[in-house]
Amino acid sequence: MRPENYRPVSHPPSHEYELYFGPNHPGIEGNYAIRVRLKGDEVQEAIADGGYLHRGFEKIMEERLWIQNVALVPRICVPDPVPMEECYSRAVEQLGGLEVPARAQWIRVMMLEMSRICAHLFTFGGNAATIGFYTNMFWGVSMRDLFLDLFEEITGARIYHMYITPGGVRRDLPEGLLDRLAALLDDLESRLPDFEDLFFSNTVVINRATGTGTISAEEALAWGVTGPNLRASGLPFDVRRDDPYLVYPELEFEVPTMKDGDALARMMVRKAEVLESIKILRQVIARLPHIEGPVRCPLPNPLAWNIPAGDTFARVESSKGELGFFVVSTGGAKPWRVHVRGPSQMHAVQVLERLLARGRLEDIAQIMFSLDACPPEVDR
Amino acid sequence: MEQKGTKTRPRKLYEVPNMDVTPKNKGSFLRPLKALSFLFREPVTLPMEPRPAAENYRGFHVNDWEKCIGCGTCAEICDNEAISMVHIPDLPEDHKNGIKPRRPAIDYGRCCWCALCVDICPTGSIALSREYIHISREMNTFFILPDEKGMHGLGYPIGWGKNEDSDLLDLKRQPMGEVEPEARSDNFDEIVDGFDAHTALIEASRCIQCGMCHEACPTNMHAPQYIRAIWEGNVEKAVEEIYRTNPFPQVCGRVCTHRCETACSIGRRGEPVAIRWLKRYAIDAVSPAKVKKIALADKAKKKSGKKVAIVGSGPAGLTTAFDLAKLGHAVTVYESKEKPGGMMRYGIPEYRLPYDKLDADIAVIEAAGVAIECGKAIGRDIGFDALRSDNDAVVVATGLGQGRSTRIPGSDQPGVFSAVDLLARVTAGESFDLKESAAVIGGGNVAFDIARSLARLQKKTFGKVDVTLVALEARDRMLADEEEVIEGGEEGVKVFTGRGPKQIVVENGAIKGLETVLCLSIFDEEGRFHPKYDEADVILHPAAMVVEAIGQATDVSYLGKDVTEALEWERGRIKIGRDGSTAVPWLFAAGDMVEGPDVIHAVAAGHRTASAIDTFLGGGSSKLEAAE
Repeated sequence: MRPENYRPVSHPPSHEYELYFGPNHPGIEGNYAIRVRLKGDEVQEAIADGGYLHRGFEKIMEERLWIQNVALVPRICVPDPVPMEECYSRAVEQLGGLEVPARAQWIRVMMLEMSRICAHLFTFGGNAATIGFYTNMFWGVSMRDLFLDLFEEITGARIYHMYITPGGVRRDLPEGLLDRLAALLDDLESRLPDFEDLFFSNTVVINRATGTGTISAEEALAWGVTGPNLRASGLPFDVRRDDPYLVYPELEFEVPTMKDGDALARMMVRKAEVLESIKILRQVIARLPHIEGPVRCPLPNPLAWNIPAGDTFARVESSKGELGFFVVSTGGAKPWRVHVRGPSQMHAVQVLERLLARGRLEDIAQIMFSLDACPPEVDR
Repeated sequence: MEQKGTKTRPRKLYEVPNMDVTPKNKGSFLRPLKALSFLFREPVTLPMEPRPAAENYRGFHVNDWEKCIGCGTCAEICDNEAISMVHIPDLPEDHKNGIKPRRPAIDYGRCCWCALCVDICPTGSIALSREYIHISREMNTFFILPDEKGMHGLGYPIGWGKNEDSDLLDLKRQPMGEVEPEARSDNFDEIVDGFDAHTALIEASRCIQCGMCHEACPTNMHAPQYIRAIWEGNVEKAVEEIYRTNPFPQVCGRVCTHRCETACSIGRRGEPVAIRWLKRYAIDAVSPAKVKKIALADKAKKKSGKKVAIVGSGPAGLTTAFDLAKLGHAVTVYESKEKPGGMMRYGIPEYRLPYDKLDADIAVIEAAGVAIECGKAIGRDIGFDALRSDNDAVVVATGLGQGRSTRIPGSDQPGVFSAVDLLARVTAGESFDLKESAAVIGGGNVAFDIARSLARLQKKTFGKVDVTLVALEARDRMLADEEEVIEGGEEGVKVFTGRGPKQIVVENGAIKGLETVLCLSIFDEEGRFHPKYDEADVILHPAAMVVEAIGQATDVSYLGKDVTEALEWERGRIKIGRDGSTAVPWLFAAGDMVEGPDVIHAVAAGHRTASAIDTFLGGGSSKLEAAE
């Protein structure tokens, strides 16, 4: 518990009680706690209490060489690590004036979208699990594992790929990978109706999620909501489209939205985004074989690599929302300051506290997971 | 900065949603029951054995101990400090070739399998294997010293290995500008341009700071430190680091035999860092006044009252003098020639080492308080006894000033010169009987020095070059540096390899040419110099003058009978201890005359000798670093 959240003795009225929700529970992809004050089943007040996964990423990064941070950044978000690598690398590229070769840009887009699908498949399961529906979780996680197999082939690692570096990616794709990716996408697409039947069209689920944790468009803007959560409230902002990076301008994709802003809307937007990611990946599979060239621009010796002084902000659309890295260099071999603008910070603290205060005890886990926040990204 | 290929689209923020995914209607209440069909499907069953990892897999480390040189760069790049270098006493240690007897050990409590160690490894010895299972309750089993068989000796294939895409080292050297052969063929202007600030910085950035060069250098120059200082843009700091061990940066920045580059780890797979040219860049970039200030910053304030005489002003003598003067001793250097510098001035042609650069180094040494008396030959102008009686210690560092002769028929003819003699005359500007055609016997650097000097003089005098160089060694075993052979060829020197001199053909008192025979082998079974020739394979190289460059000897006649008898000798050289001491307590010897073979060794010997003399004189004020 954070010291500021600690209150030694409290004497709530006899009909009220406090519940310490967490830090281990099905509502989130990691350790995270909430102090909830309830009256019966109705939540009166919720105070987010993070810090369980705090490893001081931002501070550690100041002590590491520019290249060494490549090994650190994916750890800031376990279910969706690739945007971290992309965002950090792009910030360094912006400061150092590095140009990413075309082939590397396409490979990066491929990695980002594969990671997005993985993260959303994870969320499919998590959303279901919060309302006691574990079959969906097994399906989602097993499907995600097939993507991890491909990640393993490309990068040599399943979760923390450490693959995207400033200037490109670490190595080219293995022989025949795009074919295997195409087959996997077909497989995934053929499985989606199963998810649809079991979960997304399930009357029980729809009734349960409708109107739970509703965020209006005005509130979403005021609270700093981004990503699928924002689009579920009817605001179609997507960094990939509206502040494009890499080769996204050359790709055709839609930005799915819903107006309701409740847990169901957030689920549906994520489901639709999986389809869009499949669409993007198919375009990558078609284009990538025709793009020759290196996968990384020449880098200096990493032990003697100074980045020119300056500061920059780079942002990407992660599966959680708008992820940004603010990086300051004083011209040295290490960053002077790195600030991670994790979308989960907003979703898991200010948004969650407000949504829970309107909700009921049984909705807590569902609301949490529908926001798809990632605790290490809150703590970083 | 915009990403390449990025086109900014008009922002559509807060417009009407372009794809509303609101579900149109709820499904049937029974729809989820379709999942029951999974009960009748074939289950997915995986075998209960380790799943083979992907080809790129980053599992436990493997390290090829034969390839690994113990440079420790893997430990340097490791972001979690998971790698530590462990000393292995049984392994060979070879400073000259940059091999240290230590190997990386991995702490799997810290490793994050990022494989940066693999990507930066200069040799390509370390890799991550496809092995990924280790189960133990013993904490220390997670700390391993990987060899090529891997963590459990099971010989798993390599997963993430060295790959061109992910290699983090810059294996290519920055190009060094040189004067074109046509422009340099008739003058003695310096050939090599030297780095400018930008290329020097990039070249310096290639260094991985492994320190192999430091160990390989005879005088243990702090190359990693001065390279890092150059990279940081602090050339004054670089000069300070250079002067810690070497008072001849101008000379060594140009003509050093660069043992450091032979040992450089980057040279394992690529071109070694141009350490010599970086040294030259640093010293050229700092003003002479500033260099003096930096070099003499650690000069002792007090005088010791002791006097030391040094015979010979070559690199060994002057280094000894510099160190002793900085320690507060009164030092006088005696030089028989007109100017100081010894072989650096009278042996190395000006196109490799401009005299003003040598003068700059010597000026710093003189500024330290060293008195150099030129034109004073011991034995001729001053007796050795007088030297002894006037000083507390004497150093002889007179080098190898005498050329050896092949003693083939005709070698006693006028018109046959020794290379060292002729090089000295070229330096001194003395005239000699230059002919339109010349033959040089010898395949070492001295042979090329004189051949290329003659080529220049011929071009200047006659407008054309006719110099033939005959080496005993085959082309791939030439003793001279590769660049000498290439540049000599560019300047018109004709090189014949694998041929031994037979006789100098003389007709009517004039040299007609040099006759050579094919050399079948140079050494006998026991490895002694005993060349065998094919007498039937004879070539006459027409030449009007012949220069012999087959080695040099020392002349120690100035020592006098008593000292010569008191000294111990070893194959014609004074026998010395590691610190330059001889059998006569007050007499020390250093440089080519006792050790050889080059400037940097002479500098190293100078430091050792100075340190020994300081101790002999009851110093203890020694602030010099032991040149170990």
